[in-house]
Amino acid sequence: MIRKTVLIAFVLLAALSAVVLFAQDITGWIKGGGGKPALAVPDFRGSGAAQPLMASFNSTLFTDLDKSGCFDMRAKSLYPLNNPQSPQDLRPEDNNQGYALQDWAGSPVTASHLVFGYAAAVNGALAIYGNVYDARVQSIPSAQLMAQHYAGGLDEAGAVRTAHEFSADIIQKFCGGTGSLLGSRIYFVSNRSGSDEIWAMDWDGNNQKPLTNLHSLSIMPAVSPDGTRVAFTSYGKSTPHIVMIDSQTGRNLPFYNQEASLNANVTFTPDGKQIYYASSAAGLEQIFAAGLNGQGFRRISHRSDIEAEPKIDPKNPNILLLVSSASGQEQIYSMNAEGGDFQRVTNGEGEASNPSWNPDGQHIAFSWTRGYAKGDWNVFVMDIASRQYIQLTHSEGRNENPTWAPDGRHISFASTRGGRSQIYTMLADGTQVTQLTRQGANRMPVWGTK
Amino acid sequence: MLALFAVLFVAGCGKKPPIPPPPPPPTSNGGTTNNAPSGKPVVAEFTAEPSSIEAGQSAILRWSVSGASDISIDHGIGTVQGSGTSRVSPSITTTYTLTANGAAGSTTATATVRIVAPPPPPPPAPRNSGATAIGTVESRVSSLQDALFDYDSNNIRDDARAALTADADAIKRILIDFPSASVNVEGHCDERGSAEYNLGLGDRRASSARDFLVQLGVPGDRLKTISYGKERPVCTESTEGCWQRNRRAHFSAGQ
Repeated sequence: MIRKTVLIAFVLLAALSAVVLFAQDITGWIKGGGGKPALAVPDFRGSGAAQPLMASFNSTLFTDLDKSGCFDMRAKSLYPLNNPQSPQDLRPEDNNQGYALQDWAGSPVTASHLVFGYAAAVNGALAIYGNVYDARVQSIPSAQLMAQHYAGGLDEAGAVRTAHEFSADIIQKFCGGTGSLLGSRIYFVSNRSGSDEIWAMDWDGNNQKPLTNLHSLSIMPAVSPDGTRVAFTSYGKSTPHIVMIDSQTGRNLPFYNQEASLNANVTFTPDGKQIYYASSAAGLEQIFAAGLNGQGFRRISHRSDIEAEPKIDPKNPNILLLVSSASGQEQIYSMNAEGGDFQRVTNGEGEASNPSWNPDGQHIAFSWTRGYAKGDWNVFVMDIASRQYIQLTHSEGRNENPTWAPDGRHISFASTRGGRSQIYTMLADGTQVTQLTRQGANRMPVWGTK
Repeated sequence: MLALFAVLFVAGCGKKPPIPPPPPPPTSNGGTTNNAPSGKPVVAEFTAEPSSIEAGQSAILRWSVSGASDISIDHGIGTVQGSGTSRVSPSITTTYTLTANGAAGSTTATATVRIVAPPPPPPPAPRNSGATAIGTVESRVSSLQDALFDYDSNNIRDDARAALTADADAIKRILIDFPSASVNVEGHCDERGSAEYNLGLGDRRASSARDFLVQLGVPGDRLKTISYGKERPVCTESTEGCWQRNRRAHFSAGQ
């Protein structure tokens, strides 16, 4: 009996560690390998008229860095009483007083990097001098990673903006992507006005507003890489067809739909100069390419399966993912831009759809019913080279249409976990799940740079 | 990481929880008869919206029942889940009765869909294009039967073959009686596949049904296919009965 218990415990433990190891492999790129950079960010001080603005600056800087999911933020309560304000303040001989890098690398702060600086009022403007040093490096000159200078208005708004700019540069330096989500918007489908229309909102759910007012069925939005155009599938003239609009004003842009019972699922190429889409012009729904105005269309694939959702590799415009019924039920495949080299990406289990490329071109998020009944979709992330995957949602309702943020670390998706479909964001390790929409049913999010 | 792992582990061992039903609305305009805590099933809602339609149009029945072991609605709708919707298009004023049976007895509620006269016909209609003794295109097309499909398939099954064969004769007569009319062949899917893929699947179902009708002599240039994927379900329950009703080729009057 005891032996049996031990054996069961051992098997469980082995299964546990396999899951943990595996998860680390996939999320290592989010976590920064063995661990995230550990940041110490002592408060900046300001001279003269700059000082009253420092509370806003310091809290914005700390919050931005924390929210990025990119860093292990070391608590301010652990910091020494003094801290350097400029590189000249770094003095190894004054250790234990807060002026030596080792004061920050050692216990109790144990930071890997020190973010410090100061502010001044210069000619009626706010000037920020910010630095990032590797606290674990002995030589002060070689420890310097960033020395930045920002200028803004001498008011609260200027303090907040310069803090956003500095944090975006730090995030980009350590984690790549666009650094910050500020200014990025999520386009989605909402029925809150009575019909399915295309809507837009800020990345944090603020400023939700309609882009279309077609009183028909407007679905499946896509946004151009520069964030200026949105293409979607519309039933305005009875059969589903493509409509192109200005992403900021909602105004129609010229688009020619080739003769077909169905033109849908638009995606933009990484250079923003072409689109790929699914069309039934050849009788079967297949992948086509065309110019931004729909002209110059050409058929890419010549197979007899249903094909949908073309998505171009952001780092290699010759590779695209798509959803195909080639092996029976829908699965994700890859092919080259001429339709050749057709390979299945998902392993054939369940049904897989909604591929979305991380801006790094190495990872995708997608929806999969693996391990659950048909229709019970969950969001997964896969490393394209190794085909390793990790499951981010766990069947709280249907979880569909994951879309990467421009920062490459956040994902937005639609979920029915609360009843009707709503739009959520989360970090790419599945944490920090945040609900953005609450009115009507909201689905099919796509994250644009603006 | 530990939290992520804990979620993985729990989800892997537990049975998936059912999707919670939407919260019941505070009031109902149907003939609800029992809200007392007597142990009988409680019908929180049973409504028809709109409650008045013209012949050929449709209304949505919506219900929400708790504490029932089985629930059914008459006039051919049959057994249903605790909450849901069903699209109905009666040709005469019809009162639907919902019967909820529970351990402590049963509760019934009714909802009525009234058929009202259509607005007066437009002045001197051109030949055969308005309401005439042979009906309207809309009412004639609405009586055509749906062709049903298997999951993720556009094969015409035996039952669909029978339905489409009857439809072919009816459509030919409609197109003769209304020389300028056309008929839409709509392709629909159940809620389980992805919305994007289902647009393609619905297109194939519509094409399969159209091709079958053309083989039986229906003029193809007067049939227009349109895929709705899973965007326009006829019912919204997560049951095989409802999924089957949604996996269909359906007909509507063209423009």
